Amino acid sequence: MSENSSHSHDAHALPDPHDFGHTVPYPVYLKVFVSLLVLTVITVVISRFDFGEFNLVVAMLIASIKALLVALFFMHLKFENKIVWLYAGVPLFLLGVMLIGIFIDNPYRMGDRQPSRTTEHIAPKYNGSSH
Amino acid sequence: MDKQDMNEGQSVFNLSYLKQPKGLWSWLVTLDHKRIALLYLSALIVFFFLGGVFALLMRLELAHVGKQMIDPDTYNILFTLHGVIMIFLFIVPGIPAVLGNFCLPLMLGAKDVAFPRLNLFSYYIYVAGAIMAIIGLSNPADTGWTFYAPYSVRTSTGVIMMTAAAFVLGFSSILTGLNFIVTIHRMRAPGLTWFRLPVFVWGIYATSVIQVLATPVVGMSLVLLIVERMFGLGIFDPKLGGDPVLFQHLFWFYSHPVVYIMVLPAFGIVGEVIPVFSRKPLFGYKMVVFSSVGIAAIGFFVWAHHMFVAGISDPSAKIFSIVTFAVAVPTAIKVFNWVSTMYRGSISLTTPMLYAMAFVFLFLIAGTTGVYLATLAVDVFYHDTYFVVAHFHYTIQGGAVIGLIMGLHYWFPKISGKHYNTIVANIAWALIMIGFNLTFLPQFVLGMEGMPRRYYDYPAEFQNLHTISTVGAFINGVGYMMALINLFVTFVWGKRFAEANPYEAIGLEWRAPSPPPTENFDQQPIVNHGPYDYGRVALH
Amino acid sequence: MSSVAQHGTTDFGSMDTAPEHRAPPHVHHMDAVTAYHAAKLGMWLFLATEILLFAVLFTAFAIFKWYYFAEFHAASKELNWKLGMFNTAVLLFSSFTAALAVDAAQHGQNRKVVKNLFISIACGGIFLIVKAIEYGAKYSHGMFIGGEHFHQFSNFLSIYYCLTGLHALHVVIGMIVLFWASTKAMRRMYSPVYYTPVELGALYWHLVDLIWIYLFPLLYLIG
Repeated sequence: MSENSSHSHDAHALPDPHDFGHTVPYPVYLKVFVSLLVLTVITVVISRFDFGEFNLVVAMLIASIKALLVALFFMHLKFENKIVWLYAGVPLFLLGVMLIGIFIDNPYRMGDRQPSRTTEHIAPKYNGSSH
Repeated sequence: MDKQDMNEGQSVFNLSYLKQPKGLWSWLVTLDHKRIALLYLSALIVFFFLGGVFALLMRLELAHVGKQMIDPDTYNILFTLHGVIMIFLFIVPGIPAVLGNFCLPLMLGAKDVAFPRLNLFSYYIYVAGAIMAIIGLSNPADTGWTFYAPYSVRTSTGVIMMTAAAFVLGFSSILTGLNFIVTIHRMRAPGLTWFRLPVFVWGIYATSVIQVLATPVVGMSLVLLIVERMFGLGIFDPKLGGDPVLFQHLFWFYSHPVVYIMVLPAFGIVGEVIPVFSRKPLFGYKMVVFSSVGIAAIGFFVWAHHMFVAGISDPSAKIFSIVTFAVAVPTAIKVFNWVSTMYRGSISLTTPMLYAMAFVFLFLIAGTTGVYLATLAVDVFYHDTYFVVAHFHYTIQGGAVIGLIMGLHYWFPKISGKHYNTIVANIAWALIMIGFNLTFLPQFVLGMEGMPRRYYDYPAEFQNLHTISTVGAFINGVGYMMALINLFVTFVWGKRFAEANPYEAIGLEWRAPSPPPTENFDQQPIVNHGPYDYGRVALH
Repeated sequence: MSSVAQHGTTDFGSMDTAPEHRAPPHVHHMDAVTAYHAAKLGMWLFLATEILLFAVLFTAFAIFKWYYFAEFHAASKELNWKLGMFNTAVLLFSSFTAALAVDAAQHGQNRKVVKNLFISIACGGIFLIVKAIEYGAKYSHGMFIGGEHFHQFSNFLSIYYCLTGLHALHVVIGMIVLFWASTKAMRRMYSPVYYTPVELGALYWHLVDLIWIYLFPLLYLIG
């Protein structure tokens, strides 16, 4: 038996389903899933070529597109309010702050000398014996 | 108080959350935010006392040159335990867990927080962490509450238990913050728009955001420390190829914002007390609100000012120094607003007002000495000296703890339904003021003269200031005991019942009875004006 | 055929919601709509804390990769990218079925909820089995913690085990959460006006997938 819930002050009325979350059509979910698989294959294929530092940038870019697809459609972020967007975005911003804060430190500790990225003398590994 | 008032007061009391439902078990499984607040308060007072005992033991040892009764290794344990207990077990849960829990739903005109079961769960997570910390007392760590690597990786003391306890306590903090954020977003009374919220609510909101965002970082960092100790991984210990400064970066990423967790709610309470007892609207309400949010935000960008002499690069030191100056600005704005509120107000020197005025004075010292420490050229000399110790005690004790005591006195009639003895309360206030300043003002001088912190002994030239500081510490302790015992005795045995709105204050919490029944309000309150419209709005 | 009619009425004809669950469960201090939105905001806040938890490990990974880029490059080659890619596909598929489970719950199709959630849980299980195989391979090559070749790649492997270990723990937690949500579907509790546990559980599960989306290229492909 269906009940008309548009009179919200009726104590026995059900709430309106439209006041809850958004429904997304099945074809959208399917398209997103297929795109995710394709992007995964692309990531692997590109990594086979050596573009130097660019490899990292490209891989992170593709990963971010995949993440956005999952967040926007699977997690319904596309239909959420600004507050949810804020609390989804700020942690990523803080991750950026953390990375920036540390990377303005470590690579620039040597003053005028060029920061070196060879390994042993920056954080040498001792084999148990102290110096 | 005549007999009729007594009877009415007694019957309100009997119908309140304190008496309904009955029995110890109903308290232990309560979902009532007001009862949970008191559960937290009882635990917090125990740990305040314990942390205080460790402080006094240290001050006894430091009162004179040479060993009094404690050896150096024990001294290291004492300052570690004092820090861990006071920070993780007392002042971080602090105002949010007690006054936030109690007052927030009332101030919003709600029946409870958004997730009452989560609220109780947060409390029991706190208890679990507290039990772990107590177990940890059997083999206490000696690393300082900052657990710096590589010593924390290599020392044979019980680092794992202490850090695991801190991790668990962090979880409690996160869930409380989460609960409050959702409550403020979703459970405001009709008409209670964001810019009609009391500044205490804004303070709790800003605090909760920091709790949610910053705590996971230290949680994970401590887990990495534990895992490194257990499995010999190379993360922080240079002997294993790790980076000890990385630990500091990750640790302070939380531990700087945590100081704003401690003090933002206290700022909020000052913003409640001063308008009421000046009978004037809060000056510059919007600026006070924006400054709370601004402090919370900027507080995330300054952490490496704790690391200026740890070997960080020049560019990063300069950047962090400049940004640290920036965080002083919103705090100063608050001070100007509080003082401007009092200007030409009708001042009543009640106990909460005395604490509020003390807060402004103490935080002025705290904030300005912070600016000295933010200055790179100065910090090179002051880092790891008593100057820093004095600074952070002015901010944490002169700020957050005074804030908690002030809030307990201000809302005491609402929480207990009774009036405390004002004379005793004011004498206690005076002892705290005298004792606190006597303890820590000399420590600024000690620091400037080069006395290092966390040192168990010192050269003879520092003797006199240390002795004065120790005397002050004991007076401080007596003051706190007197204040808390006064409140406790009144709570249990007091007979002077309080009316619903003893200060004739605006604000939804004063529309509920003192003490409130479990459901807080008979009917959903509706709001149609701001919280500080003194002189503009007729009271109910 | 939509079982949610246009103007706010709820036609239970095409759903399999049990009659006693046609109305949302009572929350004494909030109405059902507020309770739903509050719970969802709460879960997003919790996801924010999880992101920050992993942020620490990603940061540690970044700084150690910068310190020891040669070691990281060599160690990454020791990982099996085919297994990693397989696991990525498995998790992506499980996210797909989790989203379908929420959709089913929104339409009051409890049996479909159970089916999809169980597929997601099974995918989680497959992921963990593959992970166990990978860890086993590490162990037999002496590259597990305490192994003879651990020290050679210790900085990479430390971060690798922390990251994948913490992630695997979250996979287990996610499986438990999804199972708990499915028990309510087994009692045919979900309807267009009540599907909160599935949605919240799926949100958590998607986060587990999101983290792996970044872990896979960083550990297996770039290293």
